[in-house]
Amino acid sequence: MNYADLFRATLPETALEIAALLVLVVDLGFLRKAALKTRVVVAALLGAAGCGAALWALQIQGNAGLNYGELTLLGAGTYIAVAQTGILILTALTLLLLIDSVFTRNAGEYVAVVLMAAAGGLIIAAAQDLLVIFVGLELLSLGLYILTAFAKSSGKSAEAAMKYYLFGGMSAAFLLFGFSYLYGLSGSTSLPRVVYGTYVASVHGATPLLYLALVMIAAGLGFKVAAVPFHLWAPDTYEGAPAPAAAFIASVSKVASFALLITISSVTLHFLETLHLHGIAVAMVIQAGTPLPPPPIVHGFRSAWPQTLMVLSTASMILGNLAALAQSSVRRLLAYSAIAHAGYILLALAFFTYSPLSTNAILYYILTYGLTTIGAFGVVSVIERATGSDRLDSFLGLHKRNPLMAAVLLVLFLSLAGIPPLVGFWAKFNLFAAVLSVSAGPVPFALVALAIGMSAVSLYYYLQVLKRAYVMPAIDETPIKAHPVTLIVLLAIAAAVVALGCFPALLQSWIASFYPR
Amino acid sequence: MLAWTIYLSFAGALVEALLPKGKPGLARWFALSVAVLALLHAVGGFAAGMGQGRQIIVDIPWVPSMGIHFLLAADGISRVLVLLTGLAAVAGILFSWNVEHRTNEFFAFYLALIGGVYGVFLSFDLFLLFVFYEIAIVPKYFLIAIWGSTRREYGAMKLALYSFVGSAMVLIGLLAAYTTAGSHSTSLIYLAHAGLPVSFQMWCFPLVFTGFAILAGMWPFHTWAPTGHVAAPTAASMLLAGVVMKLGAYGCLRVGIWLFPHGLDPWGFSFIGVGSWRDVFAILAVIGIVYGALVALAQTDFKFVIGYSSVSHMGFVLLGLMTLNQIGVTGAVLQMFSHGVIAGLLFAIVGRIVYDRTHTRQLAELETMHLAKRLPFAAWAFVIAGMASMGLPGFSGFVAELQVLVGAWIAKPWWTIAAGVGIIVGVAYTWRALQKAFFSDTLPSAHFLEHEHDPAHELAAITWPEVTGVVMLAGVSLFVGLYPRILLDTIEPAVKALLAGGGQ
Repeated sequence: MNYADLFRATLPETALEIAALLVLVVDLGFLRKAALKTRVVVAALLGAAGCGAALWALQIQGNAGLNYGELTLLGAGTYIAVAQTGILILTALTLLLLIDSVFTRNAGEYVAVVLMAAAGGLIIAAAQDLLVIFVGLELLSLGLYILTAFAKSSGKSAEAAMKYYLFGGMSAAFLLFGFSYLYGLSGSTSLPRVVYGTYVASVHGATPLLYLALVMIAAGLGFKVAAVPFHLWAPDTYEGAPAPAAAFIASVSKVASFALLITISSVTLHFLETLHLHGIAVAMVIQAGTPLPPPPIVHGFRSAWPQTLMVLSTASMILGNLAALAQSSVRRLLAYSAIAHAGYILLALAFFTYSPLSTNAILYYILTYGLTTIGAFGVVSVIERATGSDRLDSFLGLHKRNPLMAAVLLVLFLSLAGIPPLVGFWAKFNLFAAVLSVSAGPVPFALVALAIGMSAVSLYYYLQVLKRAYVMPAIDETPIKAHPVTLIVLLAIAAAVVALGCFPALLQSWIASFYPR
Repeated sequence: MLAWTIYLSFAGALVEALLPKGKPGLARWFALSVAVLALLHAVGGFAAGMGQGRQIIVDIPWVPSMGIHFLLAADGISRVLVLLTGLAAVAGILFSWNVEHRTNEFFAFYLALIGGVYGVFLSFDLFLLFVFYEIAIVPKYFLIAIWGSTRREYGAMKLALYSFVGSAMVLIGLLAAYTTAGSHSTSLIYLAHAGLPVSFQMWCFPLVFTGFAILAGMWPFHTWAPTGHVAAPTAASMLLAGVVMKLGAYGCLRVGIWLFPHGLDPWGFSFIGVGSWRDVFAILAVIGIVYGALVALAQTDFKFVIGYSSVSHMGFVLLGLMTLNQIGVTGAVLQMFSHGVIAGLLFAIVGRIVYDRTHTRQLAELETMHLAKRLPFAAWAFVIAGMASMGLPGFSGFVAELQVLVGAWIAKPWWTIAAGVGIIVGVAYTWRALQKAFFSDTLPSAHFLEHEHDPAHELAAITWPEVTGVVMLAGVSLFVGLYPRILLDTIEPAVKALLAGGGQ
């Protein structure tokens, strides 16, 4: 490794950091006297431009990963590139939603923190080493804590940030503790070596330490994706954070964390597939005198990790959907629905295959979910500005107060519920088809049936919102106005949800184009 | 030609949504012209398809990596049901001529629903069929919740959730069939020939069949039907009973029976005479026939009578499907058509012609109104519709139910005997409703006498759309009753091919 390699491998992150500094300089240096509106617009547009620059950097970077000796620190290409592109596009969209917001006077700082957090997201998506993973996670998380607290005049925002921070700090500690056990077991921090090392260790006898480590890691990462039982922060944070920040947490942070989970799962499986291909390697690993383990019984990560994910997934699907039924705040409703969606994705991670089938289905799901949920938060923020609340009742009569916004809400929520021909339906179908074609048997089938049944439940709470927007009589019929930029962004998102739903092959072939032929 | 029914309806829905608000006349005429145009395509497709087997209309790869095609095709069963949809759609618009509240949105949802229904009947790709099937759910919800009457939000939500749970069961079956057949294609033709393992069909069949049968109003999953029908605005209850319940029955036939024929095989043991899924569903169908009829007999709300009669008549469809012989299944398909027309007519009379003038549907109150004198048109229309519904010879219902009963006799005679009880009760409840609502001698209330000569109390005159709608629907039922071969010649070869397994 030399500095040229390092620079090349981290070109997109560097672009984001430079953009962040640039935003700060422009906002604090040149626009100190300017009106708040101008500053917000300039900062948001500069930030979006920074994301564009990072996208370009991603293009010219090619498939340059970062290696240290034989160890891979940052991967590149294939699903990593898809996730990174997704992160940058979604970040730009959340920044554009900022233009309509009034929660802060410090537009420049906000945008800078978003960009730095996004850089953390890029690192997580590519990381192949325990330490790099942890650094990336912290970079992202610290940004998110700040963003949650950004509405300084709102007590809710501070409360949400405090809760998020305390839970987050705790889970980071668990994660690090788990990582330290893994290091102790395998003697390395590089993921492939960790998997190899734990495999060797467990062939010689089950190690409770490994399971302890896995549970701790599951706690740390389960927190990031808001999987039950590590989900407690989500409803409060979604409710208290400023809308653009909540949209960022719900989309970008999720994409990055799921990309990390894909990395862990595929590294595990890749290692095992190589093992099966080269039987000799197995014989070398296992010292003389130890009986050769029969092929179906696999050791190390393979046995425990999917089971852990399965438990998280089942709990999230059930609790997320049932708890959402009882919500009267739309943001909390979205938080519980996010927990449920995380449950569906974890199902596909639990029944994973190294071939791009599972990875692509997960990416398809998380990217489209991120897009939809940004739109949903956009609508919520517009309504909040007009009515001062995100209660279900503030959506009353929306079809009269702003027909376009109501139409956008209709499309996005039906997509979240998984109604065809919207993109959410294809994402679910893709995901469940991947689970069933990867693993036959009663367990995956029962879990898919549970997931589909639970998404039938979810229609109820999405319809509760739509019912207020379209069916029930309005209390107040004054029109709600939205900033033209917000309107354009939201309409574009809704149009994308419809178009990708009608032509699902578009996104699939786009994802597939990142793989070498 | 048939495919245009789908495109026209969806395009019409989109344009309706964008039409200027506050111009109900424009919205009405536009919707009517779209529906008539679609009906013309349906008739054209029906005429062109006479004597033809299955014809592929469109086949383009939709999601190539998963083997999903945008595959529209039609056989005799599809053509007949598309024709029914066209008729019901036009009639529904004629009977919602008086919708003044958010008219353009009403017709936008209406046409979107119709488009979904056309799509289901013409899809020969399981996946595409499912997509259209789900598209139909959302407009139903809004049609009932916004423009409905009695307990509309409850009825609408119940209907939406029942439909969605049913379609979730279908989706599970779809995914299972797709992956079991090797994840190559979701084409119905491919899956029907894929040779799915018998053990797999044994559990997948009841899942998919029940999922579809929920929408067909199978007892005991029928409870959405009466509440939904009653809550819905006239046009929506006409569509619900007329075509949406047929979606379920059609799915049972096209997906359940065609893809999983071995799901109907005997289990190899029998428990109190029940030895296969076929017995189970036949018994549920018979219970539905008798139970629906008995409950209809006890209703005090005119619309509930019709709502439960739908459950009873749809029982005949399911019973016909479970006979698994040529005559029974042909009867089931004909019954779908026949009930679609007759139920549409009945709901139109109750919901539009009577309720919109009297503002009550309670039989006890209607008794005092002497409607036979004040609304003779409605009374005679109901006499005709009632006769058709009872299954009198000369109407389409007679031919259809007779065939189902003959088919059931061939399969298991006691099914016919039990279903015959349902027919007798059917005469009773229709007679009772007719007598109470229109031809009662009960003394009018004091309030009524007071206002008898008050011009403001006169019931509004019958309008031309109502006359047109009634004449159209009653005429179709009569024509098919007198000359059933016009449909049977198209249905029979398709049923034969479907029961033979692969189709042509």
